[in-house]
Amino acid sequence: MKILVCISNVPDTTSKINFTDSDTKFDTNGVQFVINPNDEFGLTRAMWFKEKQNATVHIATVGDVSVEPTMRKALAIGADEAIRVNAVPTDGFFVAQQLANVVKDGAYDLVIAGRESIDYNGAMVPGIMASLLKMNFVNTCISLEIDGTNATAIREIDGGKEKLSTTLPLIIGGQKGLVQESDLRIPNMRGIMMARQKKLTVVEPVEGITATKDTKFEKPAAKGAVKLVTSVDELVKLLHEEAKAI
Amino acid sequence: MSVLVYTESENGKFKKNALEVASYASEIAKQMGTSATAISFNATENNSLGEYGISKVLNVTDDKLKTFNAKAYADAVQQAVEKEGAKVIILSSSTDTKYLAPLLAGHLKAGYIPNVVGAPQSTSPFIVKRTTFSNKGFAFSEISTETKIVGVSNNAYGIHENKTTATVENFSPTLNDGDFSTKSIDIDKVVGKATIADADIVVSGGRGLKGPENWGMIEELADVLGAATACSKPVSDLGWRPHGEHVGQTGKPVASNLYIAIGISGAIQHLAGVSSSKVKVVINSDPEAPFFKAADYGIVGDAFEVVPQLIEKLKEFKAQNA
Ligand SMILES: Cc1cc2nc3c(=O)[nH]c(=O)nc-3n(C[C@H](O)[C@H](O)[C@H](O)COP(=O)(O)OP(=O)(O)OC[C@H]3O[C@@H](n4cnc5c(N)ncnc54)[C@H](O)[C@@H]3O)c2cc1C
Ligand SMILES: Nc1ncnc2c1ncn2[C@@H]1O[C@H](COP(=O)(O)O)[C@@H](O)[C@H]1O
Repeated sequence: MKILVCISNVPDTTSKINFTDSDTKFDTNGVQFVINPNDEFGLTRAMWFKEKQNATVHIATVGDVSVEPTMRKALAIGADEAIRVNAVPTDGFFVAQQLANVVKDGAYDLVIAGRESIDYNGAMVPGIMASLLKMNFVNTCISLEIDGTNATAIREIDGGKEKLSTTLPLIIGGQKGLVQESDLRIPNMRGIMMARQKKLTVVEPVEGITATKDTKFEKPAAKGAVKLVTSVDELVKLLHEEAKAI
Repeated sequence: MSVLVYTESENGKFKKNALEVASYASEIAKQMGTSATAISFNATENNSLGEYGISKVLNVTDDKLKTFNAKAYADAVQQAVEKEGAKVIILSSSTDTKYLAPLLAGHLKAGYIPNVVGAPQSTSPFIVKRTTFSNKGFAFSEISTETKIVGVSNNAYGIHENKTTATVENFSPTLNDGDFSTKSIDIDKVVGKATIADADIVVSGGRGLKGPENWGMIEELADVLGAATACSKPVSDLGWRPHGEHVGQTGKPVASNLYIAIGISGAIQHLAGVSSSKVKVVINSDPEAPFFKAADYGIVGDAFEVVPQLIEKLKEFKAQNA
C-alpha cells in the first residue's frame, strides 16, 4: 500500500496572531511553525500502517523552501520520502489541485490529509482533491482500518459517530482520534539524523486556479472585563436579565 | 440565475441551521436582485421555508438518501445548481455540510469560504467575513470564481423572517452506484439530547473536576438548562469523557449563546474553539485562571460547592419562569 500524507505547515497552537502590511498579511515574526495537529494524527496512523501492514509512506507539502524544516520533522517521525510542490499556497483550491497532481503521479492508494489546517481553516483541501481525483472520501475521520482494498472508517458526526465502509483508493480528512494522544511521537536523535538522508523531491507546480483570496484581516474586538459575582443568585439574575442567555 | 441554499433536515424536520442559511440566502438574493431557491432531502414541511424568504423549494424524496451520504448529496446539489443556473450557493457549517461542501466546490470549480459570520460586505466583488486562525482573527475573503460557495457559521447570522410563498417542486437527481461507494454501516448518536453543534447552551468540564465520577453534576446542570455537555482536551485524552465531547482548536468548535466552563483553565487552544460563543461563564477556584480574562461572568470558587448551588437555583428559576 502506498500512502501519501499531506502535511500543512502551521503556526504553533500557542502562537499569538498578528497581522501586518495594513492588515493584509499574517505576521510570521517570532512565530514557530509545526506540523498541523490534524496531520500529525494522520502521519502517526500512517506509521502504524507502515509498521504493521508494510505500507510505504510519503509526505507532501505545497510551499516554498521555508516549509522544509517541518517536512524534515515528518521524515524524522518516520515517513520514507517527501515531495515539496514549490509554490506559495494561495488558497485551498490551488493546494488541492497541486496535491491531486502529486497523487496522480505517485499512484497512491491512500491519501491522509487533515480535517482542516489550524491557520486558515479552509477545511477543503482533502474534499476538493477527492472531487478532482474521483476518489472515495471520508471526512472528520477518527478511525481507519484497511484490509486489502477494503477500508472501514469511523467519522465524527454532530452528536455522535458513523461507521462507514469504502474502498481504496481513498482520501481522508483526519483528526484527533485516529490515534491515541500517547501514540504521537517526538522525533529522536536517530530519526533526525536519518531524516537528513531521506529523499526530499522538489517539483514545480502545475497550472491551477486560485478561487479565493483574503483581502484583509481583523483581530477580534478586545473583550470587556469579566464580571465577577459571589453568589449563584446573582449569576442567574445577570444571565437572565442582562445577558438574556437563559 | 438564482441563489441556491442547501437546507438540512432530520427525520423530515428542518434543522435550526437550515432556517439560518435560508434567511442568509434570501438576504443575499435580495442584495443581488434575484430569488432564493432551496434544495431539501426527504423534508416534510417544505412550504415553511417561505417564512424565511425562499420562493422555491426543490424537494428530493428518495429512500436511498435517507441517511446522509456526502458524495450522493453533493452530486444532487450540483445537479440542482446546474438546473437553476445558480451562481451563489449557501450552506451551513455542520459536520455533514463541511463534508459535502468541498466535494461540491471541486465539482463546480467554485471558490468556497467556510465559517462565514455575516452577510456579504459586497456582492461585486463578492466579499464575506469569516473567522480564521482558529477564531483568533477574522478575514474578509473574496471569491473570484463565477460560482461561489458560502458556508455560514452556526448561530452567527440568526434566523430572520421574511415572508413569501414557497412553491415546492419535486426534484429527482440522477444518481449512480458510484455515488454510494462509501456506505454508512452504523450510526451511534445520542437522540433527544442537544448536541454541541446546535445547542443554545453548552456546559463544559475540565480537569478541575478531578475524575469521571464527578460528571453527574455537570450532566444535571446541562439537563436543567437543556444544554449539551462538553469537555477540555485532557479530559477526553484521559478517557473521562468521550472524544466527541472535546472542544477547542483540535476538537469541536462551540458557537452557542451560552458557554459555561467549569474547572477549565482557559488554555489558548481551548479558548480558540469556544470564543465564538456569545456569553461565557467561568467557574474556577483559581482567581488567576486565564479563562477569566476571556469570560463575561465568573465565580471564583470550588466547583463542588458552586455547581450544586447553581443547579438548585436554576431549578427554582425554571419553576418560576415556566
Ligand atoms: C497541539 C495542542 C492542541 C490542543 N488543543 C486543545 C483543544 O482543542 N482543547 C483543549 O481544551 N485543550 C487543548 N490543548 C490542551 C491545552 O493546552 C490545555 O492543556 C488544556 O486545555 C487544559 O485543560 P483543563 O483546563 O481541563 O486542565 P488544567 O489546565 O489542568 O486546568 C484545570 C483548572 O481547574 C481548576 N480547578 C481545580 N480544582 C477546581 C475546583 N475544585 N473547582 C473549580 N476549579 C478547579 C484549576 O484552577 C485549573 O484552572 C491542546 C494542546 C496542544 C499542545
Ligand atoms: N500547503 C499544504 N501542503 C500540503 N498539505 C496541505 C496544505 N494545506 C492544506 N493541506 C492539507 O489539507 C488539510 C486541510 O487543510 P485546509 O483545507 O487548508 O484547512 C490539511 O490538514 C493538510 O493535510
